[in-house]
Amino acid sequence: MTSIIQLTDRGLYCTAGDFYIDPWAPVERAIITHAHSDHARPGSTRYLTSSRGAPLVRERVGLDAIVDGLPLGEPLTTGAVKISLHPAGHILGSAQVRIEHGGEVCVISGDYKLAADPTCDPFEPVRCHTFVTESTFGLPIYRWRPAAEIVAAINAWWRANQDIGRTSVIYAYAVGKAEQVVAGLDPSIGPILVHGAVDRFLPHYREAGVTLPATERATSENAAGSRGRAIVVAPPSAAHTPWLKKFGPISTAMASGWMQIRGARRRRSLDAGFALSDHADWQGLLDAIAATAAQEIWVTHGYSTVLARWLSEHGLQTRVIKTAFEGELLEEVEPTGDSTLAAKVGES
Amino acid sequence: MQRFTRLFNEMDSTTRTTEKVAALESYFQESPPEDAAWALYFLIGRKIKRAVTTRLLREWVSAETALPLWLVEESYEAVGDLAETLALLLPDNPGGTHLPLGRLIRERVLPLKVIDVPAQQALVVQTWRELDTRQRLVWHKIITGEFRIGVARTLVVRGLANFAGVTAAEMAHRVMGHWEPTAEDFTGLLTNQPHAASPGRPYPFFLAHPLESPVAELGDISQWQAEWKWDGIRAQLIRRQGEVLVWSRGEELITDRFPEIAEIGRVLPDGVVLDGEILAWRDDRPLPFAVLQKRIGRKSVGPKLLVDAPVAFMAYDLLELDGADIRGQLLGERRLQLEKLASSVHRDFRLHLSPVVPASGWPAVEQLHAEARSRHVEGLMLKRRDAPYGVGRPKGIWWKWKSQPYAVDAVLIYAQRGHGRRASLYTDYTFGVWHEGQLAPIAKAYSGLTDDEIRQVDQFIRGHTLDRFGPVRVVEPQLVFELHFEGIQISNRHKIGLAVRFPRIARWRHDKQPAEADHLDTLRALAASHAP
Repeated sequence: MTSIIQLTDRGLYCTAGDFYIDPWAPVERAIITHAHSDHARPGSTRYLTSSRGAPLVRERVGLDAIVDGLPLGEPLTTGAVKISLHPAGHILGSAQVRIEHGGEVCVISGDYKLAADPTCDPFEPVRCHTFVTESTFGLPIYRWRPAAEIVAAINAWWRANQDIGRTSVIYAYAVGKAEQVVAGLDPSIGPILVHGAVDRFLPHYREAGVTLPATERATSENAAGSRGRAIVVAPPSAAHTPWLKKFGPISTAMASGWMQIRGARRRRSLDAGFALSDHADWQGLLDAIAATAAQEIWVTHGYSTVLARWLSEHGLQTRVIKTAFEGELLEEVEPTGDSTLAAKVGES
Repeated sequence: MQRFTRLFNEMDSTTRTTEKVAALESYFQESPPEDAAWALYFLIGRKIKRAVTTRLLREWVSAETALPLWLVEESYEAVGDLAETLALLLPDNPGGTHLPLGRLIRERVLPLKVIDVPAQQALVVQTWRELDTRQRLVWHKIITGEFRIGVARTLVVRGLANFAGVTAAEMAHRVMGHWEPTAEDFTGLLTNQPHAASPGRPYPFFLAHPLESPVAELGDISQWQAEWKWDGIRAQLIRRQGEVLVWSRGEELITDRFPEIAEIGRVLPDGVVLDGEILAWRDDRPLPFAVLQKRIGRKSVGPKLLVDAPVAFMAYDLLELDGADIRGQLLGERRLQLEKLASSVHRDFRLHLSPVVPASGWPAVEQLHAEARSRHVEGLMLKRRDAPYGVGRPKGIWWKWKSQPYAVDAVLIYAQRGHGRRASLYTDYTFGVWHEGQLAPIAKAYSGLTDDEIRQVDQFIRGHTLDRFGPVRVVEPQLVFELHFEGIQISNRHKIGLAVRFPRIARWRHDKQPAEADHLDTLRALAASHAP
């Protein structure tokens, strides 16, 4: 078993470098893989994340927190360990953390996907001895269609709704998924309105050079003016709220890997579900793991026991670790501050 | 198959009934009758016998995908729907097939029953390679005999009625009973040409609504006929053209399972249809439903079973007399003719006339309602005297007024994932009550919580699992729920020696600690006090 990192009650900890990776309780020094709320939590003294991801991480952990950016691929030495960050292909700025100590290399993936996504740098396989992988969609029923196909289906759905005079409302997690959806929307179809929780993150994407079509923050005025024509991109927490009233008759959909399963869509009484994920599917996980050439795999959040069993049967050493990471969330409430953190930690 | 799969998708992707009806209507319009016949057959809930076991299907998927069987099982646990799981596991084949539904059934479904296992596997694998993911899902549901989609029968009937240009009530009648999924019989349903099975056709059962407001608000009591609410199997007894048929409400032909009831039919005059309830019955009183359960599902009945679990027919209503449909007559008129008919049948036959409960005023009715349990009935039925026998379940004509349910506080001890809409959430719960310092399982319950509560309980289960046995999680005994149920009986078939009827979750008792849950002895006493 690797000695570079260990699992503690605050998160994954590197003793030799004295820092945590994505800790779920406040610590002195935290390396953050990406800006999702289960990985980037407020309260720590000092954060290090990819330069491209730093603005989003600041949104999460508080604008007055100390967040240092490290360019992808650039090594940093602290104590006896060498650290570098490598793109994970998950969301803008998401990075795997490579830690080298005494000739041994460990990579912590954070969340990742292999499929192309115009809103972030593509996943880069990093050879290592120990690989810490997520397993959100670690079952062979999860096999994504190409993102381009799904995005085309979203545009077709939007058009079909216009034909029957309904405003399209698509729920997507505010950081990463919503931008991936927006990037794929065809603005020639109609106006693109966004919920405030999504709007808050869009400038960071545009500043990072991601090409997005023109969007407007949804207001009573533009909602009334574009009823039956617009598509509205909103976080899942907006579902079944009075906020939706201003759009008139609506059709609802969700963009999430969970939409692969009919039950997940029908339970939410959605009209459509698009299996668009920012996580790797089953084959993606296997390919990514194989590409690291690692012999020891730590499996965390998701179908961890399933993936670990499969890997063991294929000759790898595995360990299932229990973390506070949650994978792809459906019922997410956008975190607003410490109270949310407390609630999350309380749950874990 | 493409059209039918599209219809399946349309049914699956909207909750708006008008859209469902419109999609059904256009499906029937566009499809050749030999396909539409099968579609209707499945949509209204008819099933063909399972052609291959689900165990074999799992094994063949495992072989076809090179995934170990355990991984197929894990996938099934996450999806909760086997047809869907297997469809998702197989490699993509976006093209799909153009084979029409009728031909698919004739060539890829019906033959499965008559060929040996290797030939079955070859046919299944061949079909998998031709179908796309959604078509596979639909096909799996057909061959496993589990075709159920989220569309109510009434909507299917409405869609078909719209297409045929008749009322929904008329169509509801036409699709009752036996008809074959052939182009000929389908066309017969549309045009009301008599087909081979028409003589045995039952009427749609008229159903009651649960009483929602105080009974006194029903107004003038003389307008209402009160009867006991019997707890058995709702059935129609048909005597036509010298034949006797007994249909259950689930439209199963159960004549052979209840020879005592068929005997009654043979002494009825020709051209008669009775609506009533099959009850386990001895010495002028009903036996617990558990006794009747011994008869359900038995295709053949031996002499011992006839003695151990005797049944009777409790007649409620007369729907046909002298070969004429008299459902349009008012209840009062039908009742007179029913009484006359019943009195003409000799006492030795096990025909009973559901007595009209004398009701001098609403307070008296309330009093009778309170006594229902001690009379071994479920409550009262209140029927408008001046109404015809309707179709479906309209409000205000027939009310069912059930006795207050029994209540017990029990602790959540095991959980399993749900199915269908609730697949992948833990929604199937087992509850326990205290017995000798341990929690003994007394009931499984699936319904009664709000979606929010279901999610909270799901979260709790995931975070508080003590052990797992296959799909079942053993949960830390912390959450207390109030369960309601309709009956409780001594039972040797259950480990704890008790069986509860219709258990469901009434509410989540956040205010109670597990230690405050009920004890098994309390339930035993309850069962003993109500033993017939």
